[in-house]
Amino acid sequence: MTGELASVPALEMRGITKRYPGVVANDHIDLDVRRGEIHALLGENGAGKTTLMNILYGLARPNEGEILLDGKTVQIADPSDAISRGISMVHQHFMLVPVLSVAENVVLGAETMARGPFLDRREASKRIAALAAQFGFELDPDARVGSLSVGQQQRVEILKALYRDAQILVLDEPTAVLTPQETDEIFVLLRRLADDGRSIIFISHKLYEVLAIADRITVIRRGRVIGDRKPGETTEAELAELMVGREVELTVDRGASHVGGPMLHVEGLRVTDERKHEIVPGVSLDIRAGEILGIAGVAGNGQDELIEALIGLRKPSGGKVSLDGRDITGCSPRDMNRAGVGYVPGDRHRFGLILSFPVYDNLILTSYYREPYSHGPLRDGAAVAESADAQVARFDIRVPSSNVATSTLSGGNQQKVIVAREFERPLKLLILDQPTRGLDVGSIEFIHKQIIAKRDAGTAVLLVSAELDEVMEISDRIAVIYRGRIVAELDGRTADKSAVGLLMATGGEANPAEEATA
Amino acid sequence: MSAPAGTAGSGFSLRDWGSSLFWTLAESVTAILLAVVVGGIGITLFSGFLPNNHPAFDVGLPFAAYGALWSGAVGSINGIGSTLSYATPLALAGLGVGLGFKAGLFNIGGRGQFLMGSVGAMAVVTVMGPSQNGLITVPLALIVGGLFGAFAGFIPGALKATSGAHEVVTTIMLNYIFVFATYWAISGPLRLPNSPQAITADASAWGAALPTIHIPEVDILGLHLFGADVLGRDAHYGILLAVLALPVIWFLLFRTTLGFEIRAAGANSDAARYAGMKTKQLVVLTMSMAGGLCGLAGATTLLGVVHQMAPGYDTTIGFDAITVALVGRSNPVGIGLAALLFGGMRAGAQTMQISPGVPGELVDALQMFILLFLVINILRRWMAKRPTGGSALTTGAEVAPLAAEVSK
Repeated sequence: MTGELASVPALEMRGITKRYPGVVANDHIDLDVRRGEIHALLGENGAGKTTLMNILYGLARPNEGEILLDGKTVQIADPSDAISRGISMVHQHFMLVPVLSVAENVVLGAETMARGPFLDRREASKRIAALAAQFGFELDPDARVGSLSVGQQQRVEILKALYRDAQILVLDEPTAVLTPQETDEIFVLLRRLADDGRSIIFISHKLYEVLAIADRITVIRRGRVIGDRKPGETTEAELAELMVGREVELTVDRGASHVGGPMLHVEGLRVTDERKHEIVPGVSLDIRAGEILGIAGVAGNGQDELIEALIGLRKPSGGKVSLDGRDITGCSPRDMNRAGVGYVPGDRHRFGLILSFPVYDNLILTSYYREPYSHGPLRDGAAVAESADAQVARFDIRVPSSNVATSTLSGGNQQKVIVAREFERPLKLLILDQPTRGLDVGSIEFIHKQIIAKRDAGTAVLLVSAELDEVMEISDRIAVIYRGRIVAELDGRTADKSAVGLLMATGGEANPAEEATA
Repeated sequence: MSAPAGTAGSGFSLRDWGSSLFWTLAESVTAILLAVVVGGIGITLFSGFLPNNHPAFDVGLPFAAYGALWSGAVGSINGIGSTLSYATPLALAGLGVGLGFKAGLFNIGGRGQFLMGSVGAMAVVTVMGPSQNGLITVPLALIVGGLFGAFAGFIPGALKATSGAHEVVTTIMLNYIFVFATYWAISGPLRLPNSPQAITADASAWGAALPTIHIPEVDILGLHLFGADVLGRDAHYGILLAVLALPVIWFLLFRTTLGFEIRAAGANSDAARYAGMKTKQLVVLTMSMAGGLCGLAGATTLLGVVHQMAPGYDTTIGFDAITVALVGRSNPVGIGLAALLFGGMRAGAQTMQISPGVPGELVDALQMFILLFLVINILRRWMAKRPTGGSALTTGAEVAPLAAEVSK
């Protein structure tokens, strides 16, 4: 890609093998990364990408194999050793101190000792400003990190790596938390870093991203390298097949929807947050039976509050919600559940599951109080176990038995537990908040098919997702939310992605009503 | 993603529930054994300073001391009865604390709840007067004592539900309030009429004591059975209350929908709330039940052992119960076993102090070491479980998962 392709790779990992009890996480993995190259590491969750990177970063020791930097064998003892050798890692979850400034976060752990024990803030700020200018970061060194957006925080993490003069930069799923615009911006930035002669290892399971940014793609499956591709010579379909090991439907055929009568009717719904700010100043929407309405919007535009009001966790401050002709405004979550509302929360670990509980208890978490799981005040353990076994089989949840702790399941199987729980009963309204966040293509395919099936059974589906692609792929209609208002409604089959993206970012004021069809 | 245990393809690790239960039990047993070893080393080191003219660094002394502790606790019928008697309030209050742990609540208010339980029981005895029918007043006094304790637990529960005030802070502060409320009650409304001192009636003298477990002399089919205190002189009928409470709380936790809700709210209150459980009501209810159990501990101790309250009436049960709940992993079965262990140590302490002459305070030291080793392990697990890459921006309520870890 750049002119600086040296003959010796900047990084070479040879025959890396890492065994954990009962598992071979990395099985003789070979990887070489050249200077000035963006090298994508593609694989499903649990394929061994993170283990490999942990070995590179000194967080884990390989059982076999060697690591070469610029052709020389090295032993990486721990992360600080890795950093001193020019290897830096940007984790999926940022390691920043929110109350400190950008500059303070960047120098933390790498303070210059020119003034003895005192931090030379001015010098640090100057160096950081220079670095930021060189690579076109738009960051104020004196801004408090807690006040920055997620995308800006990520740039602080990258700046941290550059401040430590990282030559090899590992990014673990950097786009998982970003909006489409922020993703584009980070790609531009990564390319600049590569052009500067640095090597970038980009971990992802998103095919289109990898094709868009990488110079080379290494696909890992079950701890082994399955293939090495260049973006120009491969397709999403081939990469998906390499990754999963079988042919995958990347876009589930949403089929024709058979729309029935009106099911959910929301009129002028107003919701305020804890600080009495009106986050949703008035939303009106209708979903008919057998129809998927996708809500597209940048995170933080009132989606969470809207959902919380619809599932009964937040009392609306105004407006009306009715389901199948019945007024359900301000009902409790339990009453919503009884009325036939199913809900798949966005943060499954925090809101959707009790990780320390066995799988069978999570499968009845929202219906434990009902027959046959309970008779009056008493639980029926046999009925719970019996139903759990049926659900595990029906939704293909991969567990040795339903009494293992839910925390031991992979992300995809955990999400299947929630999907099984909510989809199992007849529903009038199904609310999905980022139902496939962080999942691999195989699980996404499965969950999308289940959603379509539920729609075809006559359920009204409300899909909220920050993944615009997901909204575009399975929605019959798309509503764009901006600052707590629905600013446009489009047909899901004909909507144009960049137009929706623009509406998400601007609310459509710059581009009035051009796209607004029913 | 791609945690080492989440293997490709299978998607789970082989650690199942049975083995994790085994390991948590093993943790308690390890802590106990370590404490015994450290305690033994301590006895040897200090043997030269003990009153009974032991040689310095007497390696045999720990064995003699533990032997005496053992025989004092279970070596005789009287010892066994004494062990059970000591274990009773520990089990009841241990259940009170353990129930809180299961619900994700740190109930540090056992002391105040115990005292309120004693005051409630004494109030009934005082109202019923010098000549009362124990068959009526004792059950009544136990119920009222339990209710007083429940009220003492209700207050921090309600404060947490309405204002979010943390129960650790409120229960500790309420302990002081209840200590002085008890003192006021003894010198005021519960004072023995016409007594020159601030002292309550003697429940035993007024016919309202929990009697010693005693089988009368009987002849069955020509077989003459001696009337006897079957479990020795110290074993009172209050023991039965603990024996009853353990399976009742176990049943509540694991066989009822309410117990499911309590455990769910304790393990992940956000998920419980999203699943439609009324988590605030659960907090109030659980704290009230926990207080009630600690109150029962106070009522049985008063009616079965102490019989009378004087200024300075106080207890360490509230804190001992925390150790019991931790060693018992908040599980009623474990709490029962832990209560027997600590009850036995208390019962054996006197024997040990008399015969090899090792001070009874050794028992306190052992208890502290057990707690120390357990807490080290719990913290270690908690730290290991925290997401290493956890966003620094979400470091708000890191204590809640710790409470959940404690309840395992």
